[in-house]
Amino acid sequence: MIAAPYLHENASISRTMGLVMLALFPATVLGLYQFGWPAILLFTTTVLAAIVAEYFCLKVAGKIAKPFLLDGSAILTGWLLAMTLPPWAPWWIGILGAFLAIVVGKHVFGGLGQNLFNPAMVARVALLISFPFEMTLFTQPNPFFSVYNLSFNDSLDIFLGYPIPDAFTSATVLDFYKAELSQGISALQIKTDSLTQLLWGNTSGSLGETSALLIVLGGLFLIYKRVITWHIPVAMLGTLTLLASVLFWFDPNSYMSPVTHLLSGAVLLGAFFIATDLVTSPVSTRGQLIFGAGCGLLVLVIRTFGNYPEGVAFAVLLMNGFTPLIDHYFKPRIYGRDRKGQPLSNEP
Amino acid sequence: MIKLFNIRGGIHPDDHKRFSAQQAIESLPMPLLLHVPLQQHIGAIAEPLVQRGDQVKKGQLIARHQGMVSAPVHAPTSGRIMGIGGYPANHSSGLLVRTITLKPDDEDTWADNIQPIDDPLALSPEDIASKVAQAGIVGMGGATFPAAVKLNLHKRYDLHTLVINGAECEPYLTCDDRLMQEHAEAVVDGVLLMAKALKVEKILFAIENNKPQAQKSIAEAAHSHAHFKVVALPTRYPLGSEKHLVQMLMGKETPARGLTADIGAVVHNVSTAYAVHEALREGKPLISRVVTVTGPAIKEARNLRVLIGTPVSHLIQFCGGLTKKEDAVQLISGGPMMGQPLSSTQVPIVKGSNGLLVLNQQPQKAEQACIRCASCVRACPCGLTPLEMAAHIRRGSLDNSVKLGLLDCISCGSCAYVCPANIPLVQYFNYAKGELASRQRVQHKQQETKRLAEARTARIEALKKARQEKMLQRKKEMQQQKQASE
Repeated sequence: MIAAPYLHENASISRTMGLVMLALFPATVLGLYQFGWPAILLFTTTVLAAIVAEYFCLKVAGKIAKPFLLDGSAILTGWLLAMTLPPWAPWWIGILGAFLAIVVGKHVFGGLGQNLFNPAMVARVALLISFPFEMTLFTQPNPFFSVYNLSFNDSLDIFLGYPIPDAFTSATVLDFYKAELSQGISALQIKTDSLTQLLWGNTSGSLGETSALLIVLGGLFLIYKRVITWHIPVAMLGTLTLLASVLFWFDPNSYMSPVTHLLSGAVLLGAFFIATDLVTSPVSTRGQLIFGAGCGLLVLVIRTFGNYPEGVAFAVLLMNGFTPLIDHYFKPRIYGRDRKGQPLSNEP
Repeated sequence: MIKLFNIRGGIHPDDHKRFSAQQAIESLPMPLLLHVPLQQHIGAIAEPLVQRGDQVKKGQLIARHQGMVSAPVHAPTSGRIMGIGGYPANHSSGLLVRTITLKPDDEDTWADNIQPIDDPLALSPEDIASKVAQAGIVGMGGATFPAAVKLNLHKRYDLHTLVINGAECEPYLTCDDRLMQEHAEAVVDGVLLMAKALKVEKILFAIENNKPQAQKSIAEAAHSHAHFKVVALPTRYPLGSEKHLVQMLMGKETPARGLTADIGAVVHNVSTAYAVHEALREGKPLISRVVTVTGPAIKEARNLRVLIGTPVSHLIQFCGGLTKKEDAVQLISGGPMMGQPLSSTQVPIVKGSNGLLVLNQQPQKAEQACIRCASCVRACPCGLTPLEMAAHIRRGSLDNSVKLGLLDCISCGSCAYVCPANIPLVQYFNYAKGELASRQRVQHKQQETKRLAEARTARIEALKKARQEKMLQRKKEMQQQKQASE
């Protein structure tokens, strides 16, 4: 006999995952469009490899594979990982990354819902540390129907590992700042891509991270659909903006402007799609605010004072590690009790 | 308009009230047999006063209350007592409960002592409460706590407000809605009598906004009473939870493990108010109630005035029967969020039955892994973390789930309603609560056994000691005698 409640909201894991994919769709399409065939090949390979890895792990664990494969979580992990890869990275980066994400990032912990760290970010960081050359080689946009676009055959060569001709490579905005600032050039003198380019995404960068507008659009859609709440993105972007503004106000020659911080690199994708990963972020609103603020702070610290030009993946992973602690100390207040759990006194 | 305060969490399910909302309350034809359970309330079971073969009149006391918290039972119609014995309870367990079976004589004659009371508002608060107790009135929103006990709370608490719960936040149910529309005067009269018994001035009658007609009817019936306010509530589940209702109206939380009386309010249900009116104006005990028969698998949804003890099958028959075979439907006593599944159509309607819901049988969806989406945390009106409580319970660490607030859970089902992984959270919690209660009973029993055993040892020791002392004394006396004689 089934017990109450007999009514259920139209909710399922596959629906949640599907909505996230739908939200990623515009930024993904733009990325694939402007980075051409190599990006399409890499994206497809990464997603397929994630599905294969998931199937493999489920078999090894002796679980029934079908319901888990249909829940869409593996596809989403592969998808998110592909979004953060250099668009012209070779095939083995995608496959290795997908296996790292699914095997080491997810199933080693016990599978769906059990992992402590965001699987896509585990893979991305592992790849970045192991293959710094491939993982930092970015290309300028070469959209379909433009003169720069590569033919399918040339693209296949790139995909199979043929060195990318220098004419196509281009530093990202963050790389450029890092390099110039380290040579003592004033931040005010540095000329990079315009604001409009960063907004629309017509700039070099990871496959799906370039268009600020499309990513924010997808993020707002997720908030509207109540898959995520505003707390993590607002806390993360707010903290980053605030601290970056203080530094920039303090010394505009040595520090990047808050606008550049916000619109470049993986910050927006991270704030709306990666830090908000349901499994690895805190469950209470206060916990989410602290988690988001921590991410924002760490991004700024790593970008400004670290060796890497970008720090979103590291920041999110570090905060993932704090999630159980945050969940333990920042629970919602129980009805009729104070924050310590003692019954409220009924004195007026 | 009074200012409303916000409550945490809650959900907005489709209210499904359209099935029965337009159906006026109808009376059922007399069933062949009535099965009146002796336990229809929280507290001690009533003690039967009749025997097999007795003739009883309508409204006659057939079982009296026992102990402080209990309620008497009256004959719903005139007829002959067929027997007193075990009969399946209106409960998911279908366990047998002591029940009086009555065969109606179809005369429906009232007992002689059922007389209208001239001016019940002139009665003292104690007299009103005692008449409510004598009428066997219990909380009719489903909690079935004896109403008179709640009316006497003014003796121990500093009360200022009577809140009438007309939220009827459970989807599908419309019995309170119809009662408010069709018997507004009587309901308002019952409310005023309860306010008198509670010695409170202020009355807040709260009705959700999906019942505009009821809001209007009650406001019209109560317009001459300055301290009587009808409050329009947003439509949100579980606003009918009395602690949350009071919070929304007064902006204060009831302390954990406490009563709303701790913050000065007592909450009563609409149907209870109507029953109080009947008892104090007409002298009639609680022998019938309005029940909503509804759901997609019943032919004609209706609101019925049903005699207590009427078998559920009789209601289904009157509503045109089921649209499917009996094994393809899910029979529920109460609403879809907190109702009890019924395994048989033979069980009787009791004082706490507000609805009979017939849903299409649906396969249980497989429980999936929790993805920590926190939907349950956001939906919980009590500020709990259902996902973590369930994880602890699954692991068998019930004590940890208690630390997380298991005993503050009101089992409203909001968490399970929103869960995308189909985790039966409420079942986990109910299992844990039941398990903890039975552990506590076992522990209590062990302690009692130990105490008795120790007492027995002490008693035996004392006896032994006394005997030894006596012997010593006798020895001494004998020696003294010996010495004396020498």
